[in-house]
Formats: sequence, structure tokens, C-alpha cells
Amino acid sequence: MDVPKTNAISVMDLTVAYHETPVLWDIDLDVPPGVLLAIVGPNGAGKTTLIKAILGLVRTASGKILIHNKPYEEQRKIVGYVPQRGSVDWDFPTNVLDVVMMGRYGSLGWIRRPRKNDRELAMHAIEKVGMEKYSNRQISQLSGGQQQRVFLARALVQDSNVYLMDEPFQGVDATTERAIVGLLQELRENGKTVVVVHHDLQTVSDYFDWVTLLNIRRIASGPVQDTFTSENLRETYGGRIGFMKNR
Amino acid sequence: MPNFINILLNHFDYTLIIVAMGAAFLGTVSGALGTYAVLRRQSLMGDAISHASLPGIALAFLLTGTKMHLLLILGAAIAGWIGTVIIMAIVRLTRIKYDSALALILSTFFGFGLVLHTLIQKMGNANQAGLDTFLFGQAATILKRDVITIGILGGIVIIIMLILWKELKILIFDEGFAASMGLPIRTLDVLLTSLLVIAIVIGLQAVGAVLMSAIIVAPAVAARQWTDRFSVMVLLAGLFGAVSGVIGTIISSTAAHIPTGPTIILTATLFVIISITLAPNRGLVWNSSRQRRYNRNLRMASNKLIEQPQQKSE
Repeated sequence: MDVPKTNAISVMDLTVAYHETPVLWDIDLDVPPGVLLAIVGPNGAGKTTLIKAILGLVRTASGKILIHNKPYEEQRKIVGYVPQRGSVDWDFPTNVLDVVMMGRYGSLGWIRRPRKNDRELAMHAIEKVGMEKYSNRQISQLSGGQQQRVFLARALVQDSNVYLMDEPFQGVDATTERAIVGLLQELRENGKTVVVVHHDLQTVSDYFDWVTLLNIRRIASGPVQDTFTSENLRETYGGRIGFMKNR
Repeated sequence: MPNFINILLNHFDYTLIIVAMGAAFLGTVSGALGTYAVLRRQSLMGDAISHASLPGIALAFLLTGTKMHLLLILGAAIAGWIGTVIIMAIVRLTRIKYDSALALILSTFFGFGLVLHTLIQKMGNANQAGLDTFLFGQAATILKRDVITIGILGGIVIIIMLILWKELKILIFDEGFAASMGLPIRTLDVLLTSLLVIAIVIGLQAVGAVLMSAIIVAPAVAARQWTDRFSVMVLLAGLFGAVSGVIGTIISSTAAHIPTGPTIILTATLFVIISITLAPNRGLVWNSSRQRRYNRNLRMASNKLIEQPQQKSE
């Protein structure tokens, strides 16, 4: 494996603002390679914006972002992205295989059409997420969990080193959630870095080994056992999480 | 092939064939391009472009004094393009919403176009007759060289569409993902809009600025009912557009003073009505019969359960 020993992602002094309201303020973040990281924080904490900023999808007011020591523009081919499920129109006339194949477009480059090889890679990714029975199904006929798995397969087919996922468990039933977690852990076992925007505080310690607590500022970031403390959580959520057990 | 054309020419009126060919070209191009607009929920963009193009036609005429088709539609294209760029800029730079920006630019440009139009009519220039056709369309004014213009411009649009097939497709399905892969989405967006502008201005002479957006939207809406595949949808929309164009021009040419635009649009609307009611899977008739079948099966199943309650409880 040619996984470099550098940080998978380093964010330095990142600030993002919409109409003069800061959404992210002076964020510093180092993600070591080979971790499964949860970004946690209340609504409006800037979790999605952080992922989009790393991907260069939002204009930043200041700051620098490196993926394995190089700017994102040079590292596109080693970064996979799972957008929020609600960000697309699921009534678009296309089927599962076609959507997953879109993950190949990046390495195909301009103009070239997908070939048999790309189709096989896409089918393989579809099998990985357990959707092989649905590869020809129209995407509007999928359940929420199935839609999420299609997006995951599309990211898998990108064959990346670093994965950024925006709420991959949103609208997913317990069984599918378990299956997705298994897949993410398998990615980590293979040396990939996986960053996940996550909502359910109860499962953070079970699923992830690294966590970033975010509320416009970076509250804390590090291994779950050191970082995911009630003190840090109180600071992140402003004392609004009385139900949390002290872990 | 020339023989075939000769036979056609002997059987049909020469003008009618020219006009029908023009209508077929423009119907194909606007139908196919309309698919992108409809799927992006930008159906009204076509309306804004066609209305905004009107002052361009009048200005091109005022500046050059000719009625050369190519020059007039160049003026239309520039004005239409400026209109859409302003709409995009308003949405991006201010807090005014898309629909308001659209309505604002559409009516302002169209109003300006009407003012210029009236001005031209008052000038009494002998050459000015015929500019009216750009309002409601008059296919009978289409000449052979206009058809060549439509064919070449439409051909360019279709070729660019085919070359950038997967790039444009992912742009309209998942813009964020497309951007993450490094596609220049702003540039592609402007390009796609420019293609739409061309598709619209080549139809202005036949269909007219007022109704042009319908031939962008209607074929795509009809096509969506019949297929769940993007490529088939583009193909069908092009076909529906072409057929509407041809039928519309033929009907309007059978009697004097029937504007072609409305006839083409009514034909396209017919496609929409048929598709929405009769298409399998999505059609209204299909849906209600499926619902009825489902309800009947449900009733039968529950009746069975009532008849044999002891079996169920075990």
C-alpha cells in the first residue's frame, strides 16, 4: 500500500461565512490516515459546510486545506464524496447502475464514455452494498435506505483513499445502518480514511474511532475515548444534552 | 435520394416542404434541449429567454436595416443571453428569488422589445413588414436559406450536447457531486444555457417569442411519461418536438393567416395530454386502473379472512 504517512486531511485557519454570518470560524483540524471519523455537532454547527469546504464546493473566507499534503485540486482522484441524500431529485429518469457509474466519470475524464470495465466495477460496488437485485431499478422506486446505499456504491466505485460522507445514515433503518457501518469499518481496515457527518450521539463510540466536535468553532478533535467526553459535549451543545451517559 | 426529393416536391408544395423541414429541425432541437431545462426545474428559463430576445431582434433591425434572418437571430441570441446572465447574477448576488428575478427580466426585456417594435412600425420603412412574425411566428415566411441556418445551428447544438453527454447529465442530476469531481459547473451551466438560447432563437421565426417556451417544455414533459431512461427521454422529446413542428406548420399552411406558433403549440399540448393520461406506469388511466386492481385484491383477501377466521387465528 502506498498510503502516505502524512495527515489524510489538514485544515488550517478555515473560516467560511454566508452574508457576513460566520458558519465556520477559524477551524484547525488534522485527520490522520486510516481513521473512521465522526463530525458531530448541533444543527447549524457547520458540519456539511466543513465537508463542502474540504471539497472546494463553498467559497472560503480564509484558510488552507490539504489532502495528503497537497491541495484538493491535485488530489481529486483520491477523494470520494457521498452528498446528502436530499440534495438530488430522485425522480430523475435513471436507474441504480447508471447512478453508480457516475462515480467513474472522474477517472474517465472528459468526453470518454464508460466502458465494459467501468460497468463491471460499478456492478461490483453495487454487490458490495447488497443492491445487486436492484441494479436496473428506477431510482424513484427505491426506499431511503436503498438510495443511501446507491450513493455509497457510487463513492466506492471512485476507489478513493479519503471518503467524505454527509449523513449517510439519514433515513436508514437499523439493519441498513449496521450494514453501512460494517462497510465503513472495512474501508478503514483497508487503510482508507473515512469522514462522516453524524447525528446520533449514542452510536459514536460504537461506530467510530475518531471524533470531531463542531459548533462553528472546532470544540475538540481526537480519538473517541479521549475526546468524546461529557465536558466537550456540553461545550458543543451548550449544556442541552442531559440524556447523555458519561462515557 | 435526389429522386426521392423530386417525388416529394412533385407531390407537395415546395414551400410547405421547406417550412416543414425547418419546423422539424427546430422541434427536434428545442425538444431535446428542453429535457435538460425540465429536469433542472428551469422550465420557465425558456420563457424568459424567448421574451428577452425580442428587443435583440428589433435592435438588430434598427442598427443594420436588413431583415437578414441570421442577423436578426444573432441579435435575439445576444439579448436572450444577456437576459439570462442578468437573471443568474441577480439570484447569486442579491436575496431576490429565482422566480422573481425571472419575472422581472422577462417582462422588462419584453416591454422594451414591444416599444422598439412600435417605433419601427411608425418609421414606415418598407422593409419593416414581417418583424411581426417574431411575436407569434409565421412559418410561411421561412425560406430555404433560413432552413439551412436552422439546420446548421441546431446541428451544432446537438453535437455539443452529444459530446458533453455525461458531463451535462451529471450536472443536472447531482451538481455537488459533479463539482467534487472537478467539473467546472459554472462554465457548464453557462454553456447549457447558451445551447438553450440557440435552440430558442432558431425557433422564433416559426413559433414566435410569446409561445416558444412551450415547445421547449411540452415535448420533454410528454416524453418523461413514457420512459425512465434519460437518453430515451431526450430522443422522445426531440421526436415529439419534430412531429409537433411538422403537423403545426402543415395545419397553419392550409389556411391563410393562421399563425404557426399557436398551431405547433396546440399539437405539442396534445402530445402532453395523451402522454399524461395514457402512458404506462405514469399515466393517469394506468394509475387509476392499478389502484382499482389493488383495492379489489385487498377486498378479496380481507373477505377470505372474514370467511375463515378460525384458520387465520391458528
